[in-house]
Amino acid sequence: MSDKDIALMAHLMRRAGFGATRDELEAKVEQGYEAVVEELLNPQNPNNLPDDIIRRYHVEQSELRQLDGAAAYWMYRMITTECPLEEKLALFWHGLFATGYSKLNQARVLLNQVDMFRRHGLGKFNNILLELSRDPAMIIWLDNQDNHNGAINENFGRELLELFSMGIGNYTEYDIKECARAFTGWTLGNVEYMNVRALKDSIWPYSRIAWHFDFRENDNDTGEKSFLGETGNFTGEDIIDIIAKQDATARFVSTRLFQYFAADEVDDEGEAVIKDMMDSYFESGYEIKAVLGTLFNSEYFKSESARFARIKGPAETIVSAIRLAGTYREPTLGVNTVAHHAMFMGQTLLSPPSVEGWHEGTEWIDSGALVERVNFVAKELSDPTKPGIRKIIDRIAIQGGILSPDDLVDQCLDLIGPIEVGDEARDALVEFATMGGDVDTDSLEEGGDDVQRVGDILRLIASTREFQLA
Amino acid sequence: MASGNGNGKKNLVVIQLTGGNDTLNTVIPYNDGLYYDNRRTVAYKPESVLPISDELAFNPKMGSMKRLWDDGKMALINGIGYPSPNRSHFRSMDIWHTAEPDDIGKEGWLGRTARVLDPNAENVLTAVNFGRGLPRALGVKGVPVASVGNLETYGLFPDLQDDMMRKIALDAFAKMYGGARGQDAVMDFLGQTGSDALKGADILRTAPGLYSSNVEYAANPIADSLKSVAQVMFANLGTRIYYTIHGGYDTHSGEMATHAQLWDHLSGAVGDFWDDLVEHDRQDDTLIFIFSEFGRRIKDNGSGTDHGSGGSAFLVGGQVIGGMYGEYPSLEPEKQLEGDLQFNNDFRRTYATILDRWLHVGSEDIINGSFEPHEIIAR
Repeated sequence: MSDKDIALMAHLMRRAGFGATRDELEAKVEQGYEAVVEELLNPQNPNNLPDDIIRRYHVEQSELRQLDGAAAYWMYRMITTECPLEEKLALFWHGLFATGYSKLNQARVLLNQVDMFRRHGLGKFNNILLELSRDPAMIIWLDNQDNHNGAINENFGRELLELFSMGIGNYTEYDIKECARAFTGWTLGNVEYMNVRALKDSIWPYSRIAWHFDFRENDNDTGEKSFLGETGNFTGEDIIDIIAKQDATARFVSTRLFQYFAADEVDDEGEAVIKDMMDSYFESGYEIKAVLGTLFNSEYFKSESARFARIKGPAETIVSAIRLAGTYREPTLGVNTVAHHAMFMGQTLLSPPSVEGWHEGTEWIDSGALVERVNFVAKELSDPTKPGIRKIIDRIAIQGGILSPDDLVDQCLDLIGPIEVGDEARDALVEFATMGGDVDTDSLEEGGDDVQRVGDILRLIASTREFQLA
Repeated sequence: MASGNGNGKKNLVVIQLTGGNDTLNTVIPYNDGLYYDNRRTVAYKPESVLPISDELAFNPKMGSMKRLWDDGKMALINGIGYPSPNRSHFRSMDIWHTAEPDDIGKEGWLGRTARVLDPNAENVLTAVNFGRGLPRALGVKGVPVASVGNLETYGLFPDLQDDMMRKIALDAFAKMYGGARGQDAVMDFLGQTGSDALKGADILRTAPGLYSSNVEYAANPIADSLKSVAQVMFANLGTRIYYTIHGGYDTHSGEMATHAQLWDHLSGAVGDFWDDLVEHDRQDDTLIFIFSEFGRRIKDNGSGTDHGSGGSAFLVGGQVIGGMYGEYPSLEPEKQLEGDLQFNNDFRRTYATILDRWLHVGSEDIINGSFEPHEIIAR
């Protein structure tokens, strides 16, 4: 098994999941790259703790109507899932179809939406849009309950085209109105009452009743519509099918997936990959699984230039550090605190700042957020009592003999990633390691004298600029 | 009016009361029978309150703030709110933070203000938040804002107990984020941001050491926060906007005990902070603004009160013309709004007062419109 294979697999797992430990990476390299891609794209059993056990052991994740409990619950799924792409992709759709607690006062319906992303997120894009159009949280978020036959509310129709499928410049204001007409009557059961409840935000006495989709035929505009150059008595389903077959939609979806899974910035080579992804989109009948398969198996994605070309998002930063440290695997209270850290870093799960979602890339970083990122990860990865960190130390110890400070730094860089750092960082790390002199691997046993030295070096690596990237 | 080494620059200290402060039990209409009709259990008896007029009185726990009122240093803004009130904490707070009642706003009003005060982001401490996580009021892309959980340990690696070890780790961090720029835009940006964070933390951590005062603050979170504000202010680091949050005002149940304790802490902390300002001769260049996202339901629920609308806000400062602004909303059933107090003065008028009359930055671009300031600031 070559170092190159390990590095490539680590790259895949950072992008299609939340990173992996060295044990996991070695097993996956044995499996082979294409086979691992297949496995990621066909999630079977996430093996998460069943809800009844969560209710029993995790009181902090049990009040799912409220934001705190719901965010913790989702964070825990990300930490423990054995189908990481399923959660990573749900996080992607959550950012793209950004629906927020602020207007709903009801987090349960947001978790239902996330669950819909799990069920349909790798499927056909037209189907995802259809589910989204029937999603109760989305309906209230974009006011579709106020979209009536003869008195349209354009909010959902507009964002469906602008933010969720084609992007601005590919349709007219007239198309928006016609689109909105088709979705009149797509509402909630008992909507007037639910609307009042959402506005009141009172937990007294019966608030936050889960919502369900209701199609009110008598409020649906069945008249003739002209939409994107076609004319007919289009239903909402028809409108979505017309959207799905547009080049602009294929480009939009492929580009957004590329930026989330491959690189924040699209260069010329990236453009070529996006072209291939668009082809897969059409050939597969709009299947996201096929589009992602094309990306992950592309030479571009596998090349070294695609590595560390994205800034990690806050949830990603937290979940990958925790998975590497091997904590929270057994029922442990405090996942809600972990979710708060994502908020400190600028990403309150289930409460995106607006329907545009979070601005990603360098916009994740400001001085306050960077301090929070570094502090959380440094603390998590510098503690030798955590099982994942102990495993890293064991791997260093097992080699036996004496390690120079240089060797020690290289070992740590390898086992925490592998990750390559620039000269400034490497010099600073070696200088730091040199203060403690050579390391006798015998002193790395549990309770040994040099154990914390490894923890300290991991702390500094976790604090580098390079570690902010995935 | 230069005083106390602050170079005469005007400061703003914002205290956000999170959860929806119950106006009716803060500024109490103690002679209004309707108050007692609606508040069967969650009410104060007339003999227990601190009257400020024949109609209104402060909560019994607001003694320290009553003193500022009596000295004419406090403006009470009644009936503050915005059109079509939203009873959601999150949405309502967003509206206060972005000054955008209709659309979902993207930029915080104080982040925009910081950008006007320091357009080239030369001082990483122009705005400082005392708490974890950035309130949306301060969030604007490219505007550095320090968020300080605890001033004593603020910065990188607060978990490192050993001072020597922490110093070594910080030195290493400085080297890792330093070095030549111009290699790669993202790495440069990260390097610059990390160096800014380190610089801000280094400067901020000096503040407690420079501070001396005869004021003894109480030991509770809001007193700690205001003491930290004082420490940073008196260290003259060029900070203009100080922000802190006092949480727990969502008093659906057990309100009489909880709400009283909150105001005991808050009023005491504001009083101590004021004494500290006076001791350091900074009262004339400081304005304290206290607000909450909404008021609460007129009728109580037997134990507490539910979300309502129409609240009250306070401005405190040496240049404040003390007194009442805006009309106290009527409790008459036909004048209520769905069982809540009807707002009668837009919160953006208060923002315009702060921006135009105090910080002297044009309010229109910041709050997206022209609003008439209250005549609260002495000219």
